[in-house]
Amino acid sequence: MLLEVNDLHVFYGRIEALKGISFNVNDGEIVTLIGANGAGKTTTMRTVSGVRSVAQGSIIFDGQDITKMPPHERVKLGICQAPEGRGIFPGMTVRENLEMGTYVRGGNAVEKASDLEHVFTLFPRLQERITQLGGTLSGGEQQMLAIGRALMSRPRLLLLDEPSMGLAPMLIAQIFQIIKQINSNGISVLLVEQNATQALRTAQRGYVLETGHVVKEGSGQLLLDDPAVRAAYLGG
Amino acid sequence: MSNWLIYRTFWDLTVSGLVLGLIYALVALGYTMVYGVLRLINFAHSEVFMVGTFGVLVSLTKVFGIPIFEGGQYPFRTGFVLIGILLASLLIGMAVSGLGAVAIERIAYRPLRGAGDAYGAVALAFVTGLILSFIISSDIGTNLIIAAVVAGPLSILYLRIFKRGRQAPRLAFLISAIGVSMALAEAVAIWGPDERVVYQTPRILEKKVLFKFLGADVRIDYVIVAIGAVLMMTSLLLFVNRTRLGRGIRAVAQDAETSRILGVNVDLVILVTFLLGGAMAGGAAMMFTLVYDQTRFNIGFLLGVKSFTAAVLGGIGNIRGALLGGVVLGLAENYGSAVFGGQWKDVIAFVVLLVVLMFRPTGILGESLAKARV
Ligand SMILES: Nc1ncnc2c1ncn2[C@@H]1O[C@H](COP(=O)(O)OP(=O)(O)OP(=O)(O)O)[C@@H](O)[C@H]1O
Ligand SMILES: [Mg+2]
Repeated sequence: MLLEVNDLHVFYGRIEALKGISFNVNDGEIVTLIGANGAGKTTTMRTVSGVRSVAQGSIIFDGQDITKMPPHERVKLGICQAPEGRGIFPGMTVRENLEMGTYVRGGNAVEKASDLEHVFTLFPRLQERITQLGGTLSGGEQQMLAIGRALMSRPRLLLLDEPSMGLAPMLIAQIFQIIKQINSNGISVLLVEQNATQALRTAQRGYVLETGHVVKEGSGQLLLDDPAVRAAYLGG
Repeated sequence: MSNWLIYRTFWDLTVSGLVLGLIYALVALGYTMVYGVLRLINFAHSEVFMVGTFGVLVSLTKVFGIPIFEGGQYPFRTGFVLIGILLASLLIGMAVSGLGAVAIERIAYRPLRGAGDAYGAVALAFVTGLILSFIISSDIGTNLIIAAVVAGPLSILYLRIFKRGRQAPRLAFLISAIGVSMALAEAVAIWGPDERVVYQTPRILEKKVLFKFLGADVRIDYVIVAIGAVLMMTSLLLFVNRTRLGRGIRAVAQDAETSRILGVNVDLVILVTFLLGGAMAGGAAMMFTLVYDQTRFNIGFLLGVKSFTAAVLGGIGNIRGALLGGVVLGLAENYGSAVFGGQWKDVIAFVVLLVVLMFRPTGILGESLAKARV
């Protein structure tokens, strides 16, 4: 098992956003977390990345307890995220943004070049815009940049928080295709989505979050067929 | 004042204004960099400069044993001895200010960011104990013992509060800054051998006129300040743009949360930012004593406010802006005091600050915060 989250409780001040959730991601899997607005999906992702602190429970990555580990150590271990809202550095060029993905590894120019090459084969658009400032990219391009940047860190577990948010249907299909492609290279993916149908089709397994609890879990197909899930998240 | 006089002194005013402006610019860098990464005005930065001038003073008089006067003469040095002493006092000034700034961050700010650590807790507890001890005793030995005893239990209490990990409200940072600022200035005023009096610094450089620039005298100390300041700023820009930690500083300035997600050690970046900003102020402190041959416990106050003005004028959060703002302010002060009279010199900086804040709060190189390039 690559990632194992046990009974996680996380607070914002006095508000308990996660009330004891447990889930796991196996090596090589795509796992999705779905749920309504405010269910706690982003909070979960931030906590796995280490930027929110844990009140109770544990996070195990590849057999190692990382519950209290600072975020930069986690990136070194192979956990990297394309955050919700993309988090592009507006005053940096596309290239500088991508190179931020290699921050923890430091500068081996040869490695960097081959990583860039790999990202450009997935997202040729980024290569065309290499000198453009991140803040001036379109929403779709920013999303590609956020995913590409996370890939630059050579993650073992890629965290994607709503990669399809605000994109045109064509582009959404493309993004999900690319997620599969990334996964086929051996990178495990934890995917948060509002677009539940697509997410459940792409993922092997899924978890349904509701106000800080996991209320259902199972294979992607099982959740797609579940009447309660259909009614709540898949539009009937 | 006649027009003739203004014309005649115009280039003199320009040269000395540039020198003063470069010193403002170096100090302004500290304000602007800290603002860039923390969105915090480090009002204690003025005292970082002040501490640097005393570092230079002590290094000259105690480390190198140079007296203020030697047989009724200034203690001029020449050749390699002079260069060596100048370089050493520059490095000492930078080190004292740089470490001072880091200490301020640890003691006065980090606990408020909800990221306090054991060192910070112990240091803060010790300082609290020391301050409280003055209520009962004014003997420094007794004070230190009381502080050490109180520090034990108090640091455990502080650590417990820090560990809650909550960010304090904005105002708390401001109060903390003013507190640490006053504490530092008063500590120098109380414990310095000459207390609140002006200290002369040894004048080891004979300030000869090197050449004339459009009729204005260009003295050797002016040239040293100009070269030194430009070198320091260039190195800083190179560091920020070319090194890994420098990229980290720029990233945190633009989006701290994402930087952490991508593996930037934000606490380290903040520490380095204070260190660099402090070192620049320390360099400015050495240059200031070189030109003006003096310092005082409250030397930082006015210079600090003016450098802050320079940072705002250039566009706070912007390194090139600090340089521009410093130079513009130095010139404006000099020209202004020629037109309105010398007694108005200090008023000019504040008028500039007011006008900038009213009409162009983002400064000359005003970029929106989101795009601010440090
Ligand atoms: N910084 C914060 N301060 C206080 N409460 C917060 C903060 N961030 C999130 N919350 C609260 O925590 C809960 C979970 O939020 P979270 O962002 O994890 O939801 P989400 O599932 O990602 O929602 P969405 O689908 O809208 O992105 C919400 O009730 C939210 O209001
Ligand atoms: Mg969310």
